[in-house]
Amino acid sequence: MSEITPEQIAEHGLSEDEYQQVLAILGRAPNLTELGIFSVMWSEHCSYKSSKKWLKTLPTEAPWVICGPGENAGIIDIGDGHAIIFKMESHNHPSFIEPYQGAATGVGGIMRDVFTMGARPIANLNALRFGRPEHAKTKHLVSGVVAGIAGYGNCMGVPTVGGECEFHSSYDGNILVNAMTVGLAEADNIFYSAAAGIGNSVVYVGSKTGRDGIHGATMASTEFSEDSEAKRPTVQVGDPFTEKLLLEACLELMATDAIVAIQDMGAAGLTSSSFEMASKGGVGIDMDLDMVPQREENMTAYEMMLSESQERMLMVLKPGREDEARVIFEKWELDFAIVGKLTDSKHMVLRHKGEIVADLPIDPLAEASPEYDRPWVETPKAAEISIDDVAAPNDPMAVLAKLVSCPDLASKRWIWEQYDHMVMADTVQRPGGDAAVVRIHGTGKAIAATSDCSPRYCFADPFEGGKQVVAEAWRNLNAVGAKPLAITDNMNFGNPERPEIMGQFVGCVKGIGEACTALDFPVVSGNVSLYNETNGQGILPTPTIGGVGLMADVTRHAVAAFTGEGQDIVLIGDTLGHLGQSLYLREIEGREEGAPPPVNLAAERKNGDFVRELIEEGRINQCHDISGGGLGVALAEMAMAGGIGADIIVPDNAPALHAWLFGEDQARYVVVTDGAEATIDAAAKAGITANKIGVTGGLKLTVEGIGTISVTDLQNGHEGWLPEYMSSP
Amino acid sequence: MHASVIVFPGSNCDRDVKVALAASIGHEPDMIWHGDTDLPKTDLIVVPGGFSYGDYLRSGAMAAHSPIMREVVSRANAGVPVLGICNGFQILTEAGLLDGVLMRNAKLKFICRDVFLRVERTDTLFTSHYTQGQVIRIPIAHHDGNFETDKETLKRLEGDGLVAFRYCDQGGDLTIESNPNGSIASIAGIYNEKRTVLGMMPHPERLVDMLQGGTDGKPMFDGLVEALAA
Repeated sequence: MSEITPEQIAEHGLSEDEYQQVLAILGRAPNLTELGIFSVMWSEHCSYKSSKKWLKTLPTEAPWVICGPGENAGIIDIGDGHAIIFKMESHNHPSFIEPYQGAATGVGGIMRDVFTMGARPIANLNALRFGRPEHAKTKHLVSGVVAGIAGYGNCMGVPTVGGECEFHSSYDGNILVNAMTVGLAEADNIFYSAAAGIGNSVVYVGSKTGRDGIHGATMASTEFSEDSEAKRPTVQVGDPFTEKLLLEACLELMATDAIVAIQDMGAAGLTSSSFEMASKGGVGIDMDLDMVPQREENMTAYEMMLSESQERMLMVLKPGREDEARVIFEKWELDFAIVGKLTDSKHMVLRHKGEIVADLPIDPLAEASPEYDRPWVETPKAAEISIDDVAAPNDPMAVLAKLVSCPDLASKRWIWEQYDHMVMADTVQRPGGDAAVVRIHGTGKAIAATSDCSPRYCFADPFEGGKQVVAEAWRNLNAVGAKPLAITDNMNFGNPERPEIMGQFVGCVKGIGEACTALDFPVVSGNVSLYNETNGQGILPTPTIGGVGLMADVTRHAVAAFTGEGQDIVLIGDTLGHLGQSLYLREIEGREEGAPPPVNLAAERKNGDFVRELIEEGRINQCHDISGGGLGVALAEMAMAGGIGADIIVPDNAPALHAWLFGEDQARYVVVTDGAEATIDAAAKAGITANKIGVTGGLKLTVEGIGTISVTDLQNGHEGWLPEYMSSP
Repeated sequence: MHASVIVFPGSNCDRDVKVALAASIGHEPDMIWHGDTDLPKTDLIVVPGGFSYGDYLRSGAMAAHSPIMREVVSRANAGVPVLGICNGFQILTEAGLLDGVLMRNAKLKFICRDVFLRVERTDTLFTSHYTQGQVIRIPIAHHDGNFETDKETLKRLEGDGLVAFRYCDQGGDLTIESNPNGSIASIAGIYNEKRTVLGMMPHPERLVDMLQGGTDGKPMFDGLVEALAA
């Protein structure tokens, strides 16, 4: 074999130090196949080498957590023998290069992560961030990403029930596509990836291996430049039909006890799945690549090990159970091949055409992957912006109409109507509310799921922003009446080799950790996507949080729509009128400035628990959390969702009107009740601020003494923006 | 009463219709694998929605050639009622049990939302629990639901009263806006000549209990059970 050149090392994204480490581990120079394996295993994407040090600080435990980070997905116990398995994962780089396939395979990958553990996916969500609407590429990317998510999720028959979509210039060259899957499993039938049983068969199932996606993981670990288009061949191609068959076949086999361990082939394909299974189990694998089902002719060992062809799984079966498993996979018309055996060598030995083409020690490669303590600098605090520094609007109702139709707040119906959000027939709250609600099939309970992030807050103050993203997910779950249980975090940042970017990462992690601890809302799974930069321009720090909560009685849930006339509207929480980093400041004044609203976690907890208990007790059934755009937008959203207006009276002690209406103070909810007094009394007893601010009814939203606007006018702008934008030339 | 639900590789509304049928019948239907060649004794066959064979080639085209479909066609010809929903409707047209074709939606996008349907006649096995001209709210979820026929076929469907449902607005009027996919004559579902086979794009099984947001689909299943439970 020819010698490895410095160019090849550089092409594989390994630093000089890392290559020296390779030489030390092997005691010799690697061949090309081995170099390729090192390169993907040690890529940022697979090794978390820049982020590990900080991720380890996050709280990951609670009595209801069955399995925290480190497996394919996190697992929580929801009682009655049921477990919820969930995770969010990014597919940012591929989606920018090839939006349809990039987004589709992102959805396919996250679903595999969940069903490889024994869960049937019951809900998908996605968090999308695109560049400015006026950017030349944005429309094409929105169109392709949404179609790709729809194409994959719809065919799988898993409802896509929620998510978010925002636009900002920092994503012009690096869009974010974060996909989340929530699955349901039996708590006593969960599957892990640790291989065990020397001599047991290693079995490959699913699609054949082709040359697609080679080096996808390495691509996801570098910055973009103008020539990124040339990376199109490294984007994988999805086949949701095959994945649907793979799902059914895996679940059918999992109903038996034939499987010892199972792992999906995601990033870095056969390499990472086989190394991970062997490493976790402390065993070796002897694999014959001639047995790998191949889609193309003359594939090399290098290509097979690095391919990211989709819809594939690797598993270890109990002795003598191969035929039983084969029958199931053949029934589903899928490939089934015994490709190797477990050994006690703790080495990965790969054979191809009768020769040993790689012989690598597993632990040093999998566990001794580099871990960096990257230099970081704390993000300087942004100046507070006082209410007096922000001009008051002449026509607050016109401002409200403008806000509800701005790109970030406009209805995303155009997107979610392309997703089948009702298949499986258990969707209780469809997209568009605070959180989606999905019934646990055949029971009277339900889970709620949400995805949230406020990148503008995280940019201005990573620590407070980190707290806020968790608090926001917590609020959205409480607002529908679900007890928040756990989160998955999808950390999207720029280049970690720049200390100011690393500082954003560190600040956000610290904030997330503090909020998770205060709210008993641990992190059970996650994903890190770094190097979201093009030509040195990084994205806003975007730690997307996927939250899951439980509703013991699905009939006791709240909607974010006004549903009746003449009911009292009560504002829960303190309103100081914080305008720094608000959408009002950005959309109306054109200023992206100031410190974000501070997050008082004790108040979040108290107010959230209070509101949820009102819903659980059946005392309210309409509730909405207050977030971007403030109270005014929250009220408008409730009116638009229900087609019912309201008369609002500004309390005497309110701050300046524009701050009261559009300030983004945290820990607040709007609830609707038949008698405000009981709610206000209960709040007072709990030490919570609650004020009646109006009454529902009519077809107009009126702020007494200020102005009025018809609900239809609000709806027209809110519903109109995205379809008009997408159909404009 | 015994019902059979056909399951193809890629079917994904099979469980949903099973649940809806079981709620009306009182026991679960038989789930029949596409590779089987025989059907058990059955009073009703349901071809459910989904993406049979990934909708590759053309929606429903490959499933129509599955082994079980020969038996489904033969039972249908013998008078056993058949209900095809969404992909099931596409399969029934491909199998020749129903007229017309389902083309890509006029706006070329997948659409999932509630639509209003007008019940065109109530003297059938499927619609006896609705009222004449009733406007019902049922979800659609499809990419290829744009029903099309040639002029003669349309004339026959209309003349023989074979249109089961039409997309309409909340007041029952047929408008361009209320036709979600560009279907000819706003047709959402059609019968065969004897009105024993119904194909429809909307999903009645998705609105059969209040937690799903409505129950306008339930009368179809209740009506079938009443008519077929001997």
